[in-house]
Amino acid sequence: MSNDIAIIGAGMHPWGKWGHNFVEYGVAAAREALADAGIPWRDVGFVSGGATVRCGYPGYVAGATFAQALGWQGCEVNTSYAACASGSQALAAARNKILAGACDVALVIGADTTPKGFLAPAGGYRPEDPDWVRFYLGITNPTYFALYARRRMDLYGDTLEDFAAVKVKNSLIGSKNPRARYRKCFTAEDVAASAMVADPLRLMDICATSDGGAALIICSADYARRIGKADAPRIAAISTVTPSFASAVVEMPDIATDSAAAAGIEAHSFRAALPVKAYEEAGIGPEDVDVAEVYDLSTALELDWIEDLQLAPRGEAAQLLRRGDTAVGGRIPVNPSGGLACFGEAVPAQALAQVCELTWQLRGECGDRQVAGARVGITANQGLFGHGSSVIIKR
Amino acid sequence: MNEKPQAPAIEGWFTMDDKPRLIGTQCCACGTYFFPKQQRYCKNPDCDSTDFREVQLSRTGRVWSYTNACYKPPAPFVAAEPFEPYTIAAVTLEEEQMTVLGQVVTGVNVSDLKVGMAMELVLEPLHETDDDIKMTWKWRPLAEQGEQH
Repeated sequence: MSNDIAIIGAGMHPWGKWGHNFVEYGVAAAREALADAGIPWRDVGFVSGGATVRCGYPGYVAGATFAQALGWQGCEVNTSYAACASGSQALAAARNKILAGACDVALVIGADTTPKGFLAPAGGYRPEDPDWVRFYLGITNPTYFALYARRRMDLYGDTLEDFAAVKVKNSLIGSKNPRARYRKCFTAEDVAASAMVADPLRLMDICATSDGGAALIICSADYARRIGKADAPRIAAISTVTPSFASAVVEMPDIATDSAAAAGIEAHSFRAALPVKAYEEAGIGPEDVDVAEVYDLSTALELDWIEDLQLAPRGEAAQLLRRGDTAVGGRIPVNPSGGLACFGEAVPAQALAQVCELTWQLRGECGDRQVAGARVGITANQGLFGHGSSVIIKR
Repeated sequence: MNEKPQAPAIEGWFTMDDKPRLIGTQCCACGTYFFPKQQRYCKNPDCDSTDFREVQLSRTGRVWSYTNACYKPPAPFVAAEPFEPYTIAAVTLEEEQMTVLGQVVTGVNVSDLKVGMAMELVLEPLHETDDDIKMTWKWRPLAEQGEQH
């Protein structure tokens, strides 16, 4: 498709708990992406930032903050906030700007500095705030992940050993990723020995929060050709659809699902809907996918995503896992970066980090982590308040 | 053992009788149920009603999934000292076609539950204040339990 937008540069600041200002991570990622693209900063006509809500005003206007840090040069800026999908929404804004002919080259950045400890809601008596209600009643974030995991066990026969195997798989491949925060190879015994948090999920089944920054340089097909990068990976689709009423899965921070009692209303799964639009837009199907980066907030959730992406029939993801299909070297490798298990979540950077990994995979530059012959990659993530995304890139 | 009066942890969200029910609303135009109450606009994309009636939701439903809390949640949760893990269930109400989260009554563990089990709504203490015992809804396995889905 002549409308395809090229990804000519990718960069990441390593994930960790560094405690520095988020701008520093974003600038480091942007400079790496610019160097990777081999273009000057002054060529960038649009900076599209993923907002962070944890770092004060500069985080709310992240696009401008990064543009100023890199040196004002008169480009236009945008900031997107869409929870875990912020990076994808910033990417979509940049793609649309280029497709509209308003600029040739855009820089997309997300970075975050995460606080230590629990994120808790404001105090007082505030029953109108669903986040306050669920904490008051004793429902924390792991509760939701554990409900999804337990349902897999009862409906599909998934086991604790399956969930541990996801962690073992991701930690093995992530140990070879210099940008990952956790690079230790964990065994099933390590997982089983970690503390139970929300049955059936143990501490090592659940991802941490991290500092990190990721950036992409994207451009028109013309520009890519002019600088000799006509064969760069292309963005084939970006899906940022909302859920469809009635959402049948209880989602953080809600205490109840939608009701599907009205005539003409059916129950829907949000996660499953996200890639549907991406596949339609890309004009491909799940059988064309070579590699996937999915949002493994928990080990069990990676298995849900595999089915939501239609890489396995509903209920059969664990069979793929057990056969080694989802490991690098298998039929359909999932999370060759090591996933959130090895990175921890840096919200506004994470969706972009997924695309960075696929970019390097499709360029064949991942060394020990390389998925052989990868030509089509898909990402998937979901966050709060009806935000989620799925991006397809191809080469 | 305790003479303090009982009070709802969240005012107006459930009845305080022997057979407690959650209090929600229902759209008068399309019939969609809401819990917590929704009274200003209908979230059904095919409905623009602003007319709602207060309704008591079904007392029983089936387990959609379940888990527990092994660690003390942060405030505003008020934890007993020492902290006692508790079980949690998401229960689907058939009539309302809606799934509602809640703690499970004390003494019922994850190993006692299964997806599809019939549950009923009861009240139990959530925490105490100087003045009263704050009660909340909890799910309890229905006594006459068969193998059913």
